[in-house]
Amino acid sequence: MSSEELKTGPLEYRTQEGQMTIMGFWIFLAAEIVLFSTLFATYAVLFGRTADATPPAELFEPGIVLIMTFLLLTSSFTCGLAIHEMRRGSVKGLRIWMIITLLLGLGFLGFEIYEFVHYAHEGATLQSSAYWSAFFTLAGTHGLHVTLGIGWVILLLIQVTQRGLTPRTSRKFFVIGLYWHFLDVVWIFIFTSVYLIGMVV
Amino acid sequence: MQLDEFFVTGEPLIYAGMVSIVLVSAAILFILTYFKKWGWLWREWLTTVDHKKIGIMYILSALAMLFRGGADALMMRTQLAFPNMNFLNAQHYDEIFTTHGTVMIIFMAMPFLIGLMNVIVPLQIGARDVAFPYLNALSFWSFLFGAMLFNISFVIGGSPDAGWTSYTPLAGAAMSPGPGQNFYLMGLQLSGIGTLATGVNFMVTILKMRAPGMKMFQMPIFTWSTLITSFIIVFAFPILTVALALMTLDRVFGAQFFTLTGEGMPMMWANLFWMWGHPEVYIVILPAFGIFSEVISTFARKQLFGYKAMVWAIILIAGLSFLVWVHHFFTMGAGAFVNSVFSISTMLIAVPTGVKIFNWLGTLYKSRINNTVAMMWSLAFIPSFVLGGITGVMLGMASADYQFHNSYFLVAHFHYVLIAGTVFACFSGLVFWYPKMFGHKLNETLGKWSFWFFVIGFHVCFFPQYFAGLDGMPRRVFTIIPEWMPLNIISTVGAFGMGIGFAIFIFTVVYSYRYSEREKTGDSWGDGRTLEWATPTPVPFYNFATVPHVNSQDVYMSLKEEGKTTFEEDELEPIHMPSNTGQPFIMMAFLFIASFGVVFEWMWMAIAGLAAGIVMMIIRSFDYDEGFHVEVDEIKRTERSTRGL
Amino acid sequence: MAGHNKRIPTQHVVGFVLSIALTLLATWAALGSNLSTMWIISGIMILAVIQAGIQLFMFMHVVEFESQNGHVPWNMMFHGAVLAAIIVAGSLFTMSFGFTHNHDGDHQHEQHENDGQEQHDNGEHEGH
Repeated sequence: MSSEELKTGPLEYRTQEGQMTIMGFWIFLAAEIVLFSTLFATYAVLFGRTADATPPAELFEPGIVLIMTFLLLTSSFTCGLAIHEMRRGSVKGLRIWMIITLLLGLGFLGFEIYEFVHYAHEGATLQSSAYWSAFFTLAGTHGLHVTLGIGWVILLLIQVTQRGLTPRTSRKFFVIGLYWHFLDVVWIFIFTSVYLIGMVV
Repeated sequence: MQLDEFFVTGEPLIYAGMVSIVLVSAAILFILTYFKKWGWLWREWLTTVDHKKIGIMYILSALAMLFRGGADALMMRTQLAFPNMNFLNAQHYDEIFTTHGTVMIIFMAMPFLIGLMNVIVPLQIGARDVAFPYLNALSFWSFLFGAMLFNISFVIGGSPDAGWTSYTPLAGAAMSPGPGQNFYLMGLQLSGIGTLATGVNFMVTILKMRAPGMKMFQMPIFTWSTLITSFIIVFAFPILTVALALMTLDRVFGAQFFTLTGEGMPMMWANLFWMWGHPEVYIVILPAFGIFSEVISTFARKQLFGYKAMVWAIILIAGLSFLVWVHHFFTMGAGAFVNSVFSISTMLIAVPTGVKIFNWLGTLYKSRINNTVAMMWSLAFIPSFVLGGITGVMLGMASADYQFHNSYFLVAHFHYVLIAGTVFACFSGLVFWYPKMFGHKLNETLGKWSFWFFVIGFHVCFFPQYFAGLDGMPRRVFTIIPEWMPLNIISTVGAFGMGIGFAIFIFTVVYSYRYSEREKTGDSWGDGRTLEWATPTPVPFYNFATVPHVNSQDVYMSLKEEGKTTFEEDELEPIHMPSNTGQPFIMMAFLFIASFGVVFEWMWMAIAGLAAGIVMMIIRSFDYDEGFHVEVDEIKRTERSTRGL
Repeated sequence: MAGHNKRIPTQHVVGFVLSIALTLLATWAALGSNLSTMWIISGIMILAVIQAGIQLFMFMHVVEFESQNGHVPWNMMFHGAVLAAIIVAGSLFTMSFGFTHNHDGDHQHEQHENDGQEQHDNGEHEGH
């Protein structure tokens, strides 16, 4: 593979640096899968160990969780649209859809914080039992990832305003796109195996 | 917090440690200032992104850690030979076996091998650096700061004392209050980040940066083992990250994962720890296998026997390594079915490992062996490692394990695989590639002395421990009964033999620096087979003036036949290289401060350090440095002088 | 995939509609249907896996024309999924299964009965 730029294809794949970074990021995501599955494993093993705290079935509310899920699903969709616009060469489209993604992400975070505060009021905190430790750590790690993602998107929006679409800026946006979709995948599993199963059992 | 709570007090040995730390630091500061070397240190080392220099720093730090871990070992052996002398008390003994284990696995074995990978792998595949040089520097500094954090624990705050496995509930806040255990958690966490980054880095490097024409099944076997090791790192280290984070939450923030209250589950720690811990064993042994393969085929002057079988054996071992973790806690009582499953998967690993043993023997068969020091380490490895492997299969039998568990039989087993495997490989690889790194060989005569002292000492030290274990001597005890005395005294004699061997090795390094002949060609041993020997010595910072087209397994052999080099004047083009940067060092220094804050639960310090670290990351995000180009004239000048043209 | 020059990203829209539909289906299965707990859990977990696949293939470009020469290590995603299964199932297998079958020898069945409620619970989870 030569280090020269290719003349065709999406900008992010044109340099060898871009290709390697994207590949490295996929490998990093593989590591993230393992990171989250360890948290899921801990959650599953500690399931039911609520001690004296309120059991999850009494606290989980389908409404709020569904809203959070739709916010995140939509943000994943808009993030995909942003990358689509980027590949069409439209900085404006990229920026608009990315900002929408950002706002949806913030909405998700807001609901999550509200939810955590609400549970804490009901006596379920990180300290109350093994189950709640596992719950807050799993959901909290995801929330932390979303927070980092939001900060990261803001940095990239500044950079694309300064520099326009280059192989480097588009590679960076492509990578954050992957990251954002990945967080959605993780949330799907949290939604299913934490909230839905928590309400069923 | 009072000052006498901050510093560890009341132990003469630790006072001695403090005094020596102060003296050594003062001496280093004095030398750097007196010879005006601060600028040199910053420019050439602290800001470097050159994989060769980073590799050398890894190896130097690993040698320092080997010294520290070895000193711990000798103190333990002294105590066990003279249990009535009260050389160490119970608490101090606990701290020492904990730091010995942790330092040797996390801060010695892995960095040593990663150091060798750093220096050699890009050279073996014809690359000019790793895929992400900046990230590589970040990895190194995170390791070094993690190691420093762990190592200062013995003078500040107190060492962890729950064993390198740190089982809960003993390691939990209730039973181990104070900063000691936090040093373990944060030290490993900080260096673990770097290791994960190294895994990603090397996977991309090997997959994307091979010389034109080099197919996967033409890569040197050390590169193959590095690729598979990186794969294991990527999938195993996140488990450790989570396990450490959960215990940190338990200890610092009052969560209930591994506690005895709140329906926590202490054995879940063991489960998570070994889900990482067993793959970790293969992270430190697979590169070792790679090194032995290179050394054996070079000095047997034959192509490696059964190259493909070897590669598939490595891949199979990597896969199985994720399926055996429960054999570390058969005695938890998970039931016959669970134990049987993991017993069988454990014994399966012996199959691919056996294949490899026959590969090496097949390579040696009917060859003309060149008996250098590097080769001697490799030859000593084969029988010693087989002893360790066979006893491993014994331990893998769940029912028998109830007898062996936590006895000196186990201690002897894992030292037989880790020393005969990993440590011998580190010495073998270091001696083998030493001329490539430093431009001169290590003295062979002195090398043989250190080899014999170390290898004989090793067997004298650990072979008796199998029998001590079968006699019922448990591990991690600081005093023993008379029946075990003779074996323990023999063992201690052997340990000091190893210590002498290591001391001679260090002397060899100093001696060779002064008296060894400087290298004139790149192919130091005359029998080099792979691409790293095609570069001139010292290796120019861009490695290859021209990257050869590869179409065979032993690239350098065919280059020699064709009369080609890595300096084809008519093919020269400007070379793109990354610029040096001090950011990785500064970023990790901030994260070190943050981790130190967590250790003492000073949250203001943790938050400040973390915030500063994040600012560094933002600066990095806005950094659009493109690197620089080395012009053709400069390449010509460098190559002519290093090749003596 | 091809089509990055098209005005309307059909693939993304289809993926989005599908993921919304699957989410609603899973929610209905869990809260609105009369299926048994075991069927619900296995059913919604399968739906989650399908949805993850949609994200991966329709949004994340895990296989696309531009990356045929291997910038996307899709096999790492596959191995990641295998590892995830090993970690979750393996942990449940070792950490829960044992508690209904542990303790020495001949009193196994009596012990099983006296194992304590929360441990019993865990044993049952493993069954799913």
